[in-house]
Amino acid sequence: MRPNQPVLAVESLRTHFDTRAGVLKAVDDVSFQVAPGQVLGLVGESGSGKTVTGFSIIGLVDPPGRVAGGKVLFKGEDLVGASEERLRGLRGDRVAMIFQDPMMTLNPVLRVDTQMIEAIQAHDPKVDRKAALIRARDALGRVGIPSPDERLKAYPHQFSGGMRQRVAIAIALLNKPDLIIADEPTTALDVTIQGQILYEVQKLCRETGAALIWITHDLSVVAGLADAVCVMYAGRIVESGSVDDVLDRPMHPYTAGLIGSVPSRNRRGSKLAQIPGMTPSLLNLPQGCAFRTRCSHAQPGCAVEPPITQPVPGRTLRCFHPVGLAHAHA
Amino acid sequence: MTTDALRATPKVETPLRRFLTDFFASKLAIAGLVGLTLVVLIAIFAPWIAPQNPYDLRQLDIMDGRLPPGSKSFSGMTYWLGTDDQGRDMLSGIMYGLRTSLAVGFGASLLALMIGMSAGLIAAYFGGWVESLIMRIVDIQLSFPAILVALILLAVLGQGVDKIVIALVAVQWAYYARTVRGTALVERRKEYIEAARCLALGDRRIVFKHLLPNCLPPLIVVNTVLVASAIALEATLSFLGLGLPVTKPSLGLLIANGFAYLLSGKYWISFFPGVALLFTIVCINLVGDQLRDVLNPRLQK
Amino acid sequence: MLEPMIQLANVSRRFAKRLDVAARIANWFGAGLKDEIVHAVDRVDLEVRQGEVVGLVGESGCGKSTLGRIVAGILPPSEGTRAWHGKAIDTLPAAEARQAELKIQMIFQDPFASLNPRLRVTDIVAEAPVAHGIVKGSEREAYVDDLLRRVGLDPSLKRRYPHQFSGGQRARIGIARALAVKPEFMVCDEAVAALDVSIQAQVLNLFMDLRADLGLTYLFISHDLGVVEHLSDRVVIMYLGRFVEIAATEDLFQRPNHPYTQALLRGIPRLDARKQAFEPVQGEIPSPLNPPPGCHFHPRCKHAMERCRVEQPDLKPIAPGHWSACHLNG
Repeated sequence: MRPNQPVLAVESLRTHFDTRAGVLKAVDDVSFQVAPGQVLGLVGESGSGKTVTGFSIIGLVDPPGRVAGGKVLFKGEDLVGASEERLRGLRGDRVAMIFQDPMMTLNPVLRVDTQMIEAIQAHDPKVDRKAALIRARDALGRVGIPSPDERLKAYPHQFSGGMRQRVAIAIALLNKPDLIIADEPTTALDVTIQGQILYEVQKLCRETGAALIWITHDLSVVAGLADAVCVMYAGRIVESGSVDDVLDRPMHPYTAGLIGSVPSRNRRGSKLAQIPGMTPSLLNLPQGCAFRTRCSHAQPGCAVEPPITQPVPGRTLRCFHPVGLAHAHA
Repeated sequence: MTTDALRATPKVETPLRRFLTDFFASKLAIAGLVGLTLVVLIAIFAPWIAPQNPYDLRQLDIMDGRLPPGSKSFSGMTYWLGTDDQGRDMLSGIMYGLRTSLAVGFGASLLALMIGMSAGLIAAYFGGWVESLIMRIVDIQLSFPAILVALILLAVLGQGVDKIVIALVAVQWAYYARTVRGTALVERRKEYIEAARCLALGDRRIVFKHLLPNCLPPLIVVNTVLVASAIALEATLSFLGLGLPVTKPSLGLLIANGFAYLLSGKYWISFFPGVALLFTIVCINLVGDQLRDVLNPRLQK
Repeated sequence: MLEPMIQLANVSRRFAKRLDVAARIANWFGAGLKDEIVHAVDRVDLEVRQGEVVGLVGESGCGKSTLGRIVAGILPPSEGTRAWHGKAIDTLPAAEARQAELKIQMIFQDPFASLNPRLRVTDIVAEAPVAHGIVKGSEREAYVDDLLRRVGLDPSLKRRYPHQFSGGQRARIGIARALAVKPEFMVCDEAVAALDVSIQAQVLNLFMDLRADLGLTYLFISHDLGVVEHLSDRVVIMYLGRFVEIAATEDLFQRPNHPYTQALLRGIPRLDARKQAFEPVQGEIPSPLNPPPGCHFHPRCKHAMERCRVEQPDLKPIAPGHWSACHLNG
């Protein structure tokens, strides 16, 4: 593997759900890349397809959902169509997943040490129990759990919500994965606890050089954490680029609206720039640009699907009438 | 400011309509419902469609006793399912037996539902010692096997349709009380109840208009299960000879009547009532399972 | 000076889990079990003046929701008094007390649980005003239409049931229901926490419109400092049942005094802070069942002194309109 080859390259990924009411395109022509040590923020509101994208990468989409097309190249290997055995071998080993609810990862009836040793030996049976235990203890210590020796013997319910998430992260990192997919892992946590987790994650990524995909609805978290960002709307990436570019000079009207919706210090008491209307049902999307019914820039021409363009190097955009283009050229 | 307004679609989806759509999504449930309807119709119209009135001893001929299925009587009538030891046409016996079994099962469960629902709502709403008292009675009741409680009651009360209904109600009300209380406790803490309190609405209005309707779904589910179990329990009691009088046999008694002949090759006396009982209970449970799936908010997408 | 609109004096709320019979019997054999008492709200004074927006901020378990319910009259306080325009509500005659209760309404967090699923929107909105004789039965429909338009909903949807609406629309229905009894004071308990960012902005704007048009006064409860900063005139910070700091919004965000407030402000991700170095406050939020003695924050505070471990700091003025409960202020 060449040093600058991306860990993960997703190309034209499509994930569809066959429902009684028709085919629901939860992920529709999504492409992005993550390099080693890079943090990619995948931002979207509910129903934007951000979680399904994460699940599709590691083959966790259950029927009636199916990956309908595209490639998921993990270190050059296409995971779409890979055998379940191969995917299971990758999950928890080279690719780790952290969920919003840590109990997705943790088994409530097993002690933490049992689960961690199992996670290590599942992917490397040669490691003996003692060595695995040491690795488990180190992993707990790394995510900031005090007195890890004692905590190893505890059951998941004996931890607080924040601590449980740390344990889940520790398990995810046990086998030093090349790619971590984190799906809203701090959404359910309190502000001070979220700060702690973000701090640990930042530190860990820096130390291990793993690539991280951080799926969230919270632009502020992405601003503080990520290098690059993809903004999703109705199953598509409408805009992507470096965090500074996208958040300071948004081009897609949706991104601009989203940023305007976040209360911020210098606009206290003034009205927020809201996006009118609500997220359309994925079963009943407007033709062409899915955002055009809520967009102040929309023209009749937007009924044709906008192609992915590269208005400036390093950015992608799906819009005929971007905002602040002059600004971007400056 | 109509930014959030959805463009009106013509159809107003009422909870009932949504419930019906969901319910009929399962073929198995439809089959159960069709079967159940059939059974209920047979039971209701038994006097008109049965070849014989099995309770009218004048119509019975002891000489026709224990005839195998398909035999003909002296009067030329065909016993499609054979006869029992008193020369009773099994088909008619089953039709009339269903009538008794279903009436007892549904009647007892409905009565138990009303008693249990009131007790449960009172317990959940008032709390304190009222709740403790009611729920301890429920606990004690539920700690005895249903069959034991019913046997003791029937031994004391004697036989008869009214007695067996009393016994079944006494056994079953506690299940309803516990279910309602559990649901009501959860619903009572929900924000819409708090909102109603904040709007200074009266207690009675909150309990009956807001709390009770939202406690009904689990009750309906429990109800279908308990109707089936009431029918089965009644059959068991009749089988043991403690249920209904021999002159008006329910399904359980018909099965009991044939039990003695089961090993002598005269299978039909027990077998066909047994099949009818099984069919009824399976149909009710199929409907009940689908109701549980549809009405359980956790399983809803 | 103008009488405060609502005034809580020395209000506490305890939740007790009494021992049941089994536990009491166990105690005869020396089990040593005790009643579990949570001081959800611990001797709190709060004044809100007419037209003001007071933000109440805290993390989970701090008692902010309990306090909101006490203000709204849903929960009675265990101790202390609650006064409406200077008159203690529980000493008022029944009819007057009910009038006062109706003037104080609450907006709830969960847009799903806060609407009775078995009632049509029109019944949800019209029930209370009809029951209290605020509108006649014959004017009911027109009244509902007005209210729905007021909150930005199409009145033609009023025959529908709550499940047919999106989260944002449900939030609006909840607001219409509260407005229907002509309130003067609104308690908003995490009213936008469950909504998507763009919908959240719409609802926040609606709150600001209603304030301007109807002269409403708000107690705005939230864990989200950004939202509170945007909306509030004054902010109260709460930690484990007690107020730790009260100040005008600008003042609090510019010059936070209490170490907990400072930690909170440091911990929040902000849109304008890129590659933020999160420096989280240490430790977990203690259980309210067993809060630390003295200052509740001392185990997590890096300035903690011996005094903090034994003596509870009083809320003292440190500048005009700025109160803080910290021994560092002397």
